[in-house]
Amino acid sequence: MFAEAIEQILQDLCTPAAVRAIEAGASPAPLWHAVESAGFLELLASEADGGAQLPLADLFPILCNFGRYTVPLPLAQSIAARALAPAHMLPAGMITLAAALRREADGSLCCPLIPCGVIADFVLARDDAALLLLPGALAQRSASGVRGSLTATLTWCDDSGATRIPGDGAALTAFAAAAHAALLSGAITRVFEMTLQHCKDRVQFGKSLGKFQAVQHQLSVMAEHTAAASIAAAAAFHTEDRTPTFLRAAMAKSRTSEAAVLVAATAHALHGAIGVTEEYDLQLLTRRLHEWRMTHGSEAHWNLLIGQHVLANDLSLVELVCSA
Amino acid sequence: MNPLISAFRFTALPPETNAFRAAIKDFLKSDMEDSAPDVRARSWMGFSAAFSKKLAARGWVGITLPKQYGGANLDALSRFVLVEELLAVGAPVGAHWIADRQSGPLILKFGSEAQRRFYLPKICAAEAFFCIGMSEPNAGSDLASVGTRATRCANGWRLNGRKIWTTHAHRCHYMIALVRSSGEPQQQQEGLSQFIVDLSLLGVTVRPIRDLTGDDHFSEVFFDDVLLADDALIGTEGEGWAQVNAELAFERSGPERVYSSIVLLEHWINCLRRGPDAAVHAATIGRFTTHLATLRNMSIAVTAKLMNGASPALEAALVKDIGTEFEQSIPVAIAAAISMNPDAAVDPALYRTVAYLSQIAPTYSLRGGTREIMRGMIARGLGLR
Repeated sequence: MFAEAIEQILQDLCTPAAVRAIEAGASPAPLWHAVESAGFLELLASEADGGAQLPLADLFPILCNFGRYTVPLPLAQSIAARALAPAHMLPAGMITLAAALRREADGSLCCPLIPCGVIADFVLARDDAALLLLPGALAQRSASGVRGSLTATLTWCDDSGATRIPGDGAALTAFAAAAHAALLSGAITRVFEMTLQHCKDRVQFGKSLGKFQAVQHQLSVMAEHTAAASIAAAAAFHTEDRTPTFLRAAMAKSRTSEAAVLVAATAHALHGAIGVTEEYDLQLLTRRLHEWRMTHGSEAHWNLLIGQHVLANDLSLVELVCSA
Repeated sequence: MNPLISAFRFTALPPETNAFRAAIKDFLKSDMEDSAPDVRARSWMGFSAAFSKKLAARGWVGITLPKQYGGANLDALSRFVLVEELLAVGAPVGAHWIADRQSGPLILKFGSEAQRRFYLPKICAAEAFFCIGMSEPNAGSDLASVGTRATRCANGWRLNGRKIWTTHAHRCHYMIALVRSSGEPQQQQEGLSQFIVDLSLLGVTVRPIRDLTGDDHFSEVFFDDVLLADDALIGTEGEGWAQVNAELAFERSGPERVYSSIVLLEHWINCLRRGPDAAVHAATIGRFTTHLATLRNMSIAVTAKLMNGASPALEAALVKDIGTEFEQSIPVAIAAAISMNPDAAVDPALYRTVAYLSQIAPTYSLRGGTREIMRGMIARGLGLR
């Protein structure tokens, strides 16, 4: 199956050491080429475009693993792009998705805080109802300045290098949110597992941390929110459509973003000081939990949109939720 | 992946349930009496024998039981849909609730053929209402230390002791009681058995207990030399603890651990839709919507496991803990929201409903096992105890 083959690549080439190196400026090419040459970027491309046209439900565990392995490249975005635009119109190279596109008065274009914006070759952005493909080579890249983060704001002095691509702008927004929900879900689950193991291994006062009731209850609550995040993210991908629907994507991003805060905080509380060191791998995950929570809209953004949708509707809340 | 997390697999309700859902909605429109939201907010604490009988006349009490006993032989996901629709409108389902959810399935699983033939058709006809006798004055969260005792006598058993906090005992016909049939309370889980006690028997005294809202939803039950026939024992003597645990997955994972405040939330949304303040509270509504949809998916995932014959007690404990937290957060947020502006008029029914729920909501994480017990169970499932 695709999922196992991709996980094998991640195990070999997306090790914590490789992630740290790429974050520090090393080339992402080995990992990228391994995925690209195996054809895994075309998982969602239509059969007419030579793709696998994988159902979204089967893509979900793959995206979760990208989160679990803290993949520092726009793999999820490059795969999603093939469902958003005709694959034959997309260039070779790393494509990331922009959360917003601003057209400034001087004719310049700006995409703020793009995930993997430091290294992406192309940016696929929503231009109202349509899509715009923008080349990274022509952009001025301004990294966020956060240590280890590959997020950057990209600006173009005009739209002369931009290519209009037939597609649905709203679908890009929904897919980007759902993809980050899946990344969050994978990373949250891994953080939970690491914390559980740490509490079984670490001994204080003559017994493992997990024997203390106060610790047990924190881990139980963490498990609850991990399970909630996981099923909320999964729901966005259980659709016959080629891209996630607005409401499920919105709820997936909201729920996983909310859980990310609790899970990151509990993980660090239970790990103690070792958890905030550069050397220990927890930071690769929790830094991403905070970043991905803010990427493509936090829970505050999505809750507002979901609430407006509910209030503008005639259905009861339960009817609306049942039909979502 | 951790097995507890991967147990929560997204499961869609089968499309066949759509027609059933539509039929239930039609029934509720025509057969459920209109009542104020603060009355409907009683949810599964609301008791109406007449409503339960109407539901039974449609064949919708005990629907998972086999047809030969009066049931509809429908699966657990169909029951999920039925329960969800009933709770969504705050139907007064308390009369048949326990029998439908727990006692019926328990009798089917552990009862003798004679017990099945006697009790199950009455349950399905809404002629026999059940309560569950668990807590005692000295056995609350520490349930296994029950001291109510059944002693062998000439033609059966002699029952002595006392149960408390028993939901609707004063309105029910039967109690399934967890009692000690051998050994001492210190022996904990050993020597416990379950008995079906006819509450009209000599020596049974039922005293309702008034709660802080003015309702009497629970009661205290005294057993003074109550003579039980041999066939009052359900299942195997001494296996009561294991039998009770088999029920818990049914008791803790259903929509009633998510929907207890839904009538209030729906009424608030209706008020907002008519009023000028919708925009202010949209994000709060959005968050509740997200949590409701997610918890519902978690509950469906556990129901699907139940349907496949598993007994997911651990997953059920998890749903109950996080679900009741959601239920309890709703009156907190709405009380704050409607009193944000002292100059604004408050819908009187909304005010009463939020007051009722603010007062009663602490019971949501007490009934069916406290928050601390649930978190301890989850920790055990995670291998920490």
